[in-house]
Amino acid sequence: MSIQVQNIRKQFGNFVALNDVTLDFPTGELVALLGPSGCGKTTLLRIIAGLEQADSGNVILEGNDASGTHVRDREVGFVFQHYALFRHMTVFDNIAFGLRVKPRHERPSETIIRKKVTELLKLVQLDWLADRFPSQLSGGQRQRIALARALAVEPRVLLLDEPFGALDAKVRKELRRWLRRLHDELHITSIFVTHDQEEALEVADRVVLMNHGSVEQIGAPEEVWSAPKTPFVYSFLGSVNLFHGRSAPGEVQVGGQSLGHAESIIPDGVEVIAFARPHELDIETDLSQSSGIRARITRIQAFGLTARVELERTDIHGTLHHHEVELTLERLITLQLRAGVDVLLVPSRLKVFESPAPAQVTPANADHYIASGI
Amino acid sequence: MAGATASLNVARLASLNAPRHYEDNAATRDNPWVKYTVLGISLLFFAAFLLLPLATVFVEAFKKGWDVYLAAITEADALSAIYLTLIAAVIAVPLNLVFGVSAAWAIAKFEFRGKQLLITFIDLPFSVSPVVAGLIYVLLFGAQGWFGPWLQEHDIRILFAVPGIVLATIFVTFPFVARELIPLMQAQGKEEEEAAIVLGASGWQTFWHVTLPNIKWGLLYGVVLCNARAMGEFGAVSVVSGHIRGVTNTMPLQIEILYNEYQFAAAFAVASLLALLALVTLVLKTYIEWQAARSLRDSQQEEVS
Repeated sequence: MSIQVQNIRKQFGNFVALNDVTLDFPTGELVALLGPSGCGKTTLLRIIAGLEQADSGNVILEGNDASGTHVRDREVGFVFQHYALFRHMTVFDNIAFGLRVKPRHERPSETIIRKKVTELLKLVQLDWLADRFPSQLSGGQRQRIALARALAVEPRVLLLDEPFGALDAKVRKELRRWLRRLHDELHITSIFVTHDQEEALEVADRVVLMNHGSVEQIGAPEEVWSAPKTPFVYSFLGSVNLFHGRSAPGEVQVGGQSLGHAESIIPDGVEVIAFARPHELDIETDLSQSSGIRARITRIQAFGLTARVELERTDIHGTLHHHEVELTLERLITLQLRAGVDVLLVPSRLKVFESPAPAQVTPANADHYIASGI
Repeated sequence: MAGATASLNVARLASLNAPRHYEDNAATRDNPWVKYTVLGISLLFFAAFLLLPLATVFVEAFKKGWDVYLAAITEADALSAIYLTLIAAVIAVPLNLVFGVSAAWAIAKFEFRGKQLLITFIDLPFSVSPVVAGLIYVLLFGAQGWFGPWLQEHDIRILFAVPGIVLATIFVTFPFVARELIPLMQAQGKEEEEAAIVLGASGWQTFWHVTLPNIKWGLLYGVVLCNARAMGEFGAVSVVSGHIRGVTNTMPLQIEILYNEYQFAAAFAVASLLALLALVTLVLKTYIEWQAARSLRDSQQEEVS
């Protein structure tokens, strides 16, 4: 079933959770709503489910306006972050719940329910746990049971609210691969909310990036990763180096220094912010070069295939500007880098944006390096 | 007879199950004499102020033999008092059960103006003297009260009759169930209910299959305490009852009358029934606490793993 949301607005007191969000989720896709906490992603999911009412705007399920439809009639499956399993019921009764509460004329017989629950338990590969209680299961098992329970009523869409958020890293990784396989089997239109970019990029067909109640970018994982459209997306996905400066023809003036770039759409003389990924920065030891920014090496981590060099800008006093460069090990050896040495940072690729309102991208959140698995 | 605010709170239950004692740890271990002094003082007080009076009740009740005891509690006025006490409890407890569950539900699951005020006012019967509670009803329904003339016109008797006693009992036992459930339901949140509704359950199905099983121990605990208080209430009921023998005397009132008439054996015989009720209440309460602690342990396990 396709889902559309149109001009959704939601406010909690003075806090705008969703600001005029319009989105289209095509049938059969697995879509990730990705963003930092408080960006409105969970609120949007709950509005689609009907657990929350939008102040204005419409939710359209398969072409029909569902804004007035009660949550129990929307035929959605919802998986909660903390599982919300019924703690006094066995695993079997949990999964059977949705079938047993159906009105008498729709309710399947107990034999059919038994068959259906057994099938679902097999699907989530936990058929030996039918008689256990939720408290006797591990977190990963609970979340799979929660998923089986949501699937029991044959929902037309599956909505997952931070489904792996409460699990430890290893289980999380296993489960998201499993979810992807499950989706490939069932092809049910699914939306899941996450703040973990790695999870979103790895699992989803499409990623919707949200910030401050608005959609920043929509696209396939490769697309949002390689061509971020906004400064927010650039800094949210993966590690990034940030430079504030003023644009000049073919370069960005940062303090008294300059960084070359190849973008042509930026007018001259405006405030800009420039981004470079750690692997898009190179280090030059020859300080007499005209292009590049001076920085001092603070730490070198040379393990794995590449080396990570951490640096601090030396031209600005007071505030600390951290940078991170990823080099091949050969390059590291050729340059003979050590901590404490002054070098030049030269970008091989620089993405430049006109500076938005200062509140949106502050050095604090842009300098926050997010470990990236990609 | 029940304490003012006994509460099935989580911290207390958790401490009941604490796996370690102070003694297990050298850092918090005291001299043995400290331990036995403290233990001795508490046991002495327990014996002198709790055990002795309780034993006295039964000793006095059976002093003149089993026959006198039986006669005392099967005497017409005593039976009527027992009957009235049961009536008051049978009406007040279910009403407060319904009220308590709905108030706790409203407070825990909904946001509305004046929520804090409601929580505060639920405690009013605990903070106000029962005599004042009784007087309120006299002021409302008495001959000189607000509704007095109207009631007289329509020949409805509330004061010095069964309805007044029931009303006073409801008033003083009002907070027990609600007080017990509010923190419990607030702690449990509403995720399970949301899950049930998304799965297609109606409001009633959600309450019956999801909410009620989760609060059942707290609810029972509240009901047991509510019942104990309903049967043992003296002050408020005394004001509105009028002490009409065989008609408006509850057990506590009957005991007082018998005692004032120097019928000690009879007074203690009826009192022994109330004491017995107290003991039953304590056993039930302990059993419920034990069960609740067990289900709490389960849910804690759930959070930890």
